[in-house]
Amino acid sequence: MDFDFSADAIALRDSIHRFLMVEAAPEMLREIWETASGRSAALRAKLADQGLTALSVPESHGGMGLGDLEWVLVQYELGYYAIPDSLSDTAYLAAHLLQHLPNGAAAKQDWLPRIASGQVRVAVGHPVNRLVADAELADLLLLWHADEIHALRRDQVQLAARTSIDASRRLFEVRWTASDATRICSAQAGAALWQAVHDRATVALAAQLLGLAQRMLDLGIDYAAQRKQFGKPIGSFQAVKHQLADVAVKIEFARPVLHRAAYALAEQQPLASIHASQAKLACGEAALLAARKSLQVHGAMGYTWEADLQMFMKRAWALDASWGDRSFHKARLAEHVLADGVRLGPGETFAIPEPAARATRAVRSATA
Amino acid sequence: MKLTYTASQQAFRKEVRSWLARHVPKQPLKSFDTAEGFAEHRAWEAKLHSGRWSAVTWPESVGGRGCDLIEWLIFEEEYWRAGAPLRVNQNGVFLLAPTLMEFGTEAQKQHFLPRMASGEHIWAQGWSEPGAGSDMAAIRCAAERVDAPSGSYYLINGQKTWSTRAVWADWCFGLFRTEAGSTRHHGLSFVLVPLTLPGITIRPIRQLNGLTGFAEIFFDDVKVPAEHLLGEEGSGWNVAMATAGFERGLMLRSPARFQATAKALVELYRSRRASADRDPSIRDAVVSSWMQAEAYTLSTYNTASRLVQGGSIGPEASTNKIFWSELDLLMHETAMRILGQDGELMDEPPAAGEHGWLDGFLFAQAGPIYAGSNEIQRNIIAERMLGLPRA
Ligand SMILES: Cc1cc2nc3c(=O)[nH]c(=O)nc-3n(C[C@H](O)[C@H](O)[C@H](O)COP(=O)(O)OP(=O)(O)OC[C@H]3O[C@@H](n4cnc5c(N)ncnc54)[C@H](O)[C@@H]3O)c2cc1C
Repeated sequence: MDFDFSADAIALRDSIHRFLMVEAAPEMLREIWETASGRSAALRAKLADQGLTALSVPESHGGMGLGDLEWVLVQYELGYYAIPDSLSDTAYLAAHLLQHLPNGAAAKQDWLPRIASGQVRVAVGHPVNRLVADAELADLLLLWHADEIHALRRDQVQLAARTSIDASRRLFEVRWTASDATRICSAQAGAALWQAVHDRATVALAAQLLGLAQRMLDLGIDYAAQRKQFGKPIGSFQAVKHQLADVAVKIEFARPVLHRAAYALAEQQPLASIHASQAKLACGEAALLAARKSLQVHGAMGYTWEADLQMFMKRAWALDASWGDRSFHKARLAEHVLADGVRLGPGETFAIPEPAARATRAVRSATA
Repeated sequence: MKLTYTASQQAFRKEVRSWLARHVPKQPLKSFDTAEGFAEHRAWEAKLHSGRWSAVTWPESVGGRGCDLIEWLIFEEEYWRAGAPLRVNQNGVFLLAPTLMEFGTEAQKQHFLPRMASGEHIWAQGWSEPGAGSDMAAIRCAAERVDAPSGSYYLINGQKTWSTRAVWADWCFGLFRTEAGSTRHHGLSFVLVPLTLPGITIRPIRQLNGLTGFAEIFFDDVKVPAEHLLGEEGSGWNVAMATAGFERGLMLRSPARFQATAKALVELYRSRRASADRDPSIRDAVVSSWMQAEAYTLSTYNTASRLVQGGSIGPEASTNKIFWSELDLLMHETAMRILGQDGELMDEPPAAGEHGWLDGFLFAQAGPIYAGSNEIQRNIIAERMLGLPRA
């Protein structure tokens, strides 16, 4: 049993953390929010310089060939700094889809090297989401159609922008027509790939939500230490302390759940989807509680546009419902936990059931 | 990261499982808060000891197996899985023993540990007093050192209360004020007291379930030989709070206990689904219970694996107590909602292998109070983990 990440992964996380601390100050986020596209080419270029766009692209296609365990640490940082960019969709989700396409698919060769070098943005349209994030600036859209994967260029789709309360999310209704020419993967191979992408998106958002939770807790702590009432910092009042302590408890018990989910993805375990859903629920709960409690601790200041807290809260509220909302993931867990013959209880936490599920075999063969 | 068991850990699990399968009593024992049940549980401790299973984390030289924390978790999983009896000597084996190993003299270790492991000595804890609950540094119970020609002793006068198992226990450990006139955490000493000494009066206290699960202990000129001092005189507070405290916090409630309850809750829900589903929030609470029991398990394995590799735990350990005690309440409250009007009935004790929901529900009410109330834990988290200013 070892919950530690590799020294390399920790070093990567630390360097991204330091980098974002300098490059992604709240003032910069506000500036990007105000732009029409909501995206900054300069920020994207810097993220690419850090190697983030190349993270999980195979070495054979110009990337670093790293995986889910590195990503979960990076995603946490992206959440902590509320990074407004399509990095995760492009470099994690799309890179995963593309590299696991059945052999010979030209799309791999066409796109993976360009993802790695940071030249392109890719949007991913999955049926669990009604809208597609970051479609407007996307060079390529990977879209679901009856479990098939279709690849379209920006000029092959029609977009209608929708506005999110989180100004760093840029969402679009996408209209397009599926054809033999746009299909890059059959439904047979596509089903497992879409599942794998959905699981990764779920864990990615869980990690971002946990990062957001920690950020909002930190903002609450800072504010409580500085703001004085009745001649004392409000953080010395027990009612204030206990609200923040409750957030710390939630975060503390969500983190190992998140890390196990990432491990299950990396190991292609049969229950990876279940663990992913559990992580998203636990991290989402921590983030929503952090938003509520941090706002309360901020008083009226927490209800303003001016206080930085709003950027993190809004992101948490939005991400919590993305890639499967609370009821979606709860239902999935309920189905697992309440099923006949499922192995629960002491000693079963790390047990790996026989991979009876067809989907799992399909992932294996698609990734082989 | 590697979340798998080694071959030797798997072999260990098998060994535990097979021993328990052969020895766990087929019929549940009577509550250890009755005279008869206490004796049955003491006998079970001796049985465990005969297989060298009563204190697996202790060194082999004192009756243990030198297990690390991961093996301890495995042992606990098998123990709860087998529905084995509650541990009447938990206070001794899990709470006192680590302190004894760290601060005890060789003679004390040789004397007390084997007798603890065999169940010959069952231990009670004496921290709380009528005026010292959450504020433990307000302890007043006095132990005055007397150096007599026949041998030095502590003369104890005062009172302890809420002492679990003290009604039938053999020994009690706790903090006493050895320096007259001292205040707060100064001048306290950690002393081991035989509960059979003259001058000790034990008055049982009935708990919510009507049984005498704890007791008041009155000391009236009780002479405790000075050799029963643990650690240095006057440093009792530090002995009690020593680093081992965090580890003891981990061992107080193993995750397997809550996983067993969560599993029983899932089974209860499934067996009464038709009525339970009339309130859809019940199903949600059942699934949440399972999720939280898993989260507690993962978190404990995470901490244990870090400790095994030489790491340490900090004030974040205070989050544990809050998490498991609230989870225990959630699970038992949910069970009571599922049971509806059957929930209140005390006259149908659970059959073998069945969870005692009513008893568990009552005991869950105490979780947020004992072992440092959840409010005190929140204070610790806020001040030591989050760095918020003291009041
Ligand atoms: C089942 C059970 C078994 C026990 N077994 C033992 C035992 O074996 N040995 C032993 O010595 N003791 C034992 N205790 C006693 C236990 O340690 C105390 O109950 C506990 O320390 C709280 O003290 P108290 O009951 O005096 O409550 P109080 O300290 O009077 O607290 C009452 C309420 O006030 C709150 N409160 C107090 N101070 C603060 C503060 N600073 N900030 C915020 N809130 C505060 C508490 O959280 C609690 O909600 C046991 C208790 C129970 C319920």
